[in-house]
Amino acid sequence: MTSAISQAKLWYWQRISAMVLALCVLGHLAVIIYAVRGGLSAAEILGRTQGNWLLGGFYGLFVLACAVHVPLGLTTIAAEWLGWRGRSADVAAALVSGLIAIMGWRAIYGLIA
Amino acid sequence: MKRNNDFRARAHPAYWAFLVHRISGLALAVFLPLHFWLLGQAIHGEAALDGILGFTDRTAFRFGEWGLVVLLALHLMGGVRLLLIEFLPWSGLRKNWIAGALGFGVAAGLAFALALIS
Amino acid sequence: MSTNLEVKVWRGREQGGFTSYKVPRRDSQTVLDVVTYIQRQLDPTLSYRFACRVGMCGSCAMTVNGVARWTCRTSVAKVAVDGKLEIAPLANLPVIKDLTTDMVEFFDKWAQAKGQFKGRHSRHDDFARVEPTSRERIAANAGIECIGCGICYASCDIVTWRPNFLGPAALNRAWTLANDVRDTRWVERLRAVAGDAGCHSCHTQGSCSERCPKRIEPTAGIAGLKRLVAKSAIRGEL
Repeated sequence: MTSAISQAKLWYWQRISAMVLALCVLGHLAVIIYAVRGGLSAAEILGRTQGNWLLGGFYGLFVLACAVHVPLGLTTIAAEWLGWRGRSADVAAALVSGLIAIMGWRAIYGLIA
Repeated sequence: MKRNNDFRARAHPAYWAFLVHRISGLALAVFLPLHFWLLGQAIHGEAALDGILGFTDRTAFRFGEWGLVVLLALHLMGGVRLLLIEFLPWSGLRKNWIAGALGFGVAAGLAFALALIS
Repeated sequence: MSTNLEVKVWRGREQGGFTSYKVPRRDSQTVLDVVTYIQRQLDPTLSYRFACRVGMCGSCAMTVNGVARWTCRTSVAKVAVDGKLEIAPLANLPVIKDLTTDMVEFFDKWAQAKGQFKGRHSRHDDFARVEPTSRERIAANAGIECIGCGICYASCDIVTWRPNFLGPAALNRAWTLANDVRDTRWVERLRAVAGDAGCHSCHTQGSCSERCPKRIEPTAGIAGLKRLVAKSAIRGEL
């Protein structure tokens, strides 16, 4: 019973992160389409990002929402398409979550700082 | 022993929307660490980032990026449809949103392609 | 109209295959008519299940050309492709023999989802008064005409992928009772239908709602249960 309730909670977290992501992705699509005009160069990218803490905050939240949303989606797919369930799947999901958060924030730090 | 359904049982728009959502989500999840690693090169300075950007400046990569933009747009609008179904009062399977999501995906893909060649 | 239908029928259990029969084409012929013709005229060993023949009892569901349907109300004209039919037992249920499936797990899951009504009044009390236009009554009405045919259950991929998933019919039943203001097992039921075996595993593929012969949309009830579980959890009732 408690596990059913915790599964329901995880479902809820996935939906809450989805709501955050919906807004983030809209913004990100706009940024992508704006940024790729005339090709990408490091100078151009860093010129926009360095010291831009507002942008850093936006993408920091984006990465956090991804770190919640992606592993939950992957565990569902693993359970349903690969039959991979249980503790090992949960541990793998936690690792994916950590990997996304650390790699994402590291990239943001590199671009902003 | 049970029999399983084949594609004939699944041939309807809401199921296709599910498949697009799951496959686009899977592709984006695989791409995400790569994307972060690439941008993370900035931590080693402008030259390192330029090196990796130069490496990705070829047609195959551009086509892949275009595909990812389309998948992101599809996953976004498909996800919004699911949220509407799950959190608002029932109003059917919202197939109008499936069509809308498809249109949004096409529009995002065209906008990205235009931005690339401009 | 061609004079003969070419009908492939599943014979056997898990080990089995399709056998072909030629069945005369008639006006206003249903798929159940076709199966009955084969059993009465061509091969009396064919097993299948039916009772009312008018779409009330929910016992004649089969997989017709790959799609689960109530055969007594499915006209051949609607589903035959080039005079060909393929008739198989329902998916996601154990096959007993030929076109007959074992429905035990399907109905056991209704019980697991607390599908039984339990009120607080006895026959000595006055009738409960439920406003026909109330939100709960309208929500219950939308799901209450289920005939238990198992078509939604057979059409659902989540049932295939997660064998302990309660399935659309049981969750639809739970939703109608969750909207029954006389019922007393509210919290118990929400606990039973929460989580990966319950409403939270539904990915809104919509096959149940597409295929239900009674035009019920179990997806609606399942979405409603997701909201109800969330609301009750926030209120600290679960």
